[in-house]
Amino acid sequence: MKTREKTSSRVIKMTIAIIVAAYVLFPFFLVVINSCKPTDKITENPIGVSGASFKQLYTNLVDVINNTHFLFWSAFEYSVIITLVSLVLLALFGAMAAWVICRNHTKWSAFIYFTFIASMIIPFQVVMLPLISTFRDVGKFIGIPMLQSVPGIIFAYLGFGGAMTVFILNGFIKGIPMDLEEAASIDGCSPEQTFFRIILPLLKPVITTVTILNGMWIWNDYLLPSMMLGQNGKVKTLPVAVQAFVGSYVKQWNLILAAALLAIVPIVILFFFAQKQIMEGMIEGAVKG
Amino acid sequence: MGEFSIGRKIASFGGMVAGLILLITGLGMAIGKTGNPFRGTAMIVGAVLFFIGLYLFPTLKHHRMIVNILFLFPLLFAFAVTVIIPLVLGIGYSFTNWDGIRVRGFVGLDNYTRMFKQPGFIWSILITFLFVVFNIILVNLVAFLLALLCTSKLKGLGFFRAAYFLPNLIGGIVLGYIWQFIFSNVITKFTTALFDQRYSMLSETKTAFVGIVIVYIWQYAGYIMLIYITGLNTIPGDVLEASSIDGASATQTLFSIKIPMIAPTITICTFLTLTSAFKQFDVNLALTNGTGSVADFMGNYLTNGTEMLALNIYTTAVINNEYALGEAKAVLFFIILAVVSIVQVRISNKREVEL
Repeated sequence: MKTREKTSSRVIKMTIAIIVAAYVLFPFFLVVINSCKPTDKITENPIGVSGASFKQLYTNLVDVINNTHFLFWSAFEYSVIITLVSLVLLALFGAMAAWVICRNHTKWSAFIYFTFIASMIIPFQVVMLPLISTFRDVGKFIGIPMLQSVPGIIFAYLGFGGAMTVFILNGFIKGIPMDLEEAASIDGCSPEQTFFRIILPLLKPVITTVTILNGMWIWNDYLLPSMMLGQNGKVKTLPVAVQAFVGSYVKQWNLILAAALLAIVPIVILFFFAQKQIMEGMIEGAVKG
Repeated sequence: MGEFSIGRKIASFGGMVAGLILLITGLGMAIGKTGNPFRGTAMIVGAVLFFIGLYLFPTLKHHRMIVNILFLFPLLFAFAVTVIIPLVLGIGYSFTNWDGIRVRGFVGLDNYTRMFKQPGFIWSILITFLFVVFNIILVNLVAFLLALLCTSKLKGLGFFRAAYFLPNLIGGIVLGYIWQFIFSNVITKFTTALFDQRYSMLSETKTAFVGIVIVYIWQYAGYIMLIYITGLNTIPGDVLEASSIDGASATQTLFSIKIPMIAPTITICTFLTLTSAFKQFDVNLALTNGTGSVADFMGNYLTNGTEMLALNIYTTAVINNEYALGEAKAVLFFIILAVVSIVQVRISNKREVEL
């Protein structure tokens, strides 16, 4: 009796799990299937596989990739460069700053730490408008454009990602025993050697966490790059390119969905290989953040 | 100072002096508006040289302090230029008639009184609150139920967790367009087949709002679920075992053990859903772009039926070119967000203590 109850409840649970999974994955299925069709077939039947062919997928992808509003490879390259450089600099400068803040028990370090924490609640909307004018003015002042430029946007990500990065790293560094650093200093290590040779290697797991959190945010971010780079500039990230592409076309869904497919595929591939790290990183970031 | 080589001393002072000269020259060129294209490079190279010189400064006593400054500088500098300065400027601009480029005059609280005379803005505030309340309840409920499902003994758990989390990986803009396609091209097929009527949820304000909620749950519940799973896994197995020996039913275990024991997790998840729903922008932009008619709101006809606060701010400033007004709205947005989050954390902490 009891075992039968268990089996039936297990069947119910499994059914629910499968239905939810089907619901969650259905939009992805639609994107894939409709990227393989010409427009008229989509209007005819958007759910079935009739009319879908690899040849049409190829045609759609070529159309999208070469589209002057989208320019997939250029946007992809810019997205990769901006994300990677921002992540490396955030991890390095973030760890340096967090270490100094954590190991100095002065008024100043407490003040800086508090400012970082408090700044995390500031919504981007409050700073975005003056940010653009500040960057425009600074760019004019120093003669190096800060808007519509890759270094400019990386600099902005450094500023916006700094608070959370320091916060999470700080929590981890606190747990590293001071004895380790004292021993290194007795052995003749200078502070910077202690940091680069002893502390930084120990930070590897937590740097993975912040890199995943920052990476997900920077890669998918739309508002900041759209404000800083503009819709029609030469430099575009993938989300900005998708928006510019869709905005410039009357609803040609086969092309729009092919563009969506191109935007989704890189991150899904990454997720496939680093699923555990990504999910754990996102959890840790939330629990500590 | 005896233990430092003469070479290091020269390098240190040389670097600092050369750096300062370059920096000042660059600044001079910039202030003098000479238009010399190398002024920025001169300043950057000068700053770097100065820092190298500072790093090599022949001192043992203050070396630690110098390293501290050098380590803090890059991040703090970027933080100050991108967050602190714009924040201060922005708050200041909200009291002027700033047009995005220059300030023509001080207008006091004009922008703040003006925004409350816009029925569209008040509408935005109301539906944002409605959206936040809906999301806190629904996302947490769905996520918690999925977490219960994913912590029971089930085959293929890893697959289900990953599948439920998958939408969270994709940016709101792309998601918004995918769902726009689903609402306007796929669901309409079903309504045509079932009711012989082509009906898109996005064409009416109320249902379009529900549509945004649906997309948001779809995107976010998987992420919140992961956090609940972590919370549920921290409940010690022997506690659950003891309750089952004592004959507690599954519902009793859920309400008397599981929920009270994951109270901190509930606090985190409520906070996350609250702040992210409040700041929702991408999906709103891509799915409806804020459109939707409202026949009568405070005696006015509105066309921004699904426009939430973040999007309203963006439209005001960037599309309608009313930068000062947009900034004032943003400052109000900031204040609301800060107050609401602080209240939420206070209430949750209090409840946690009581439990």
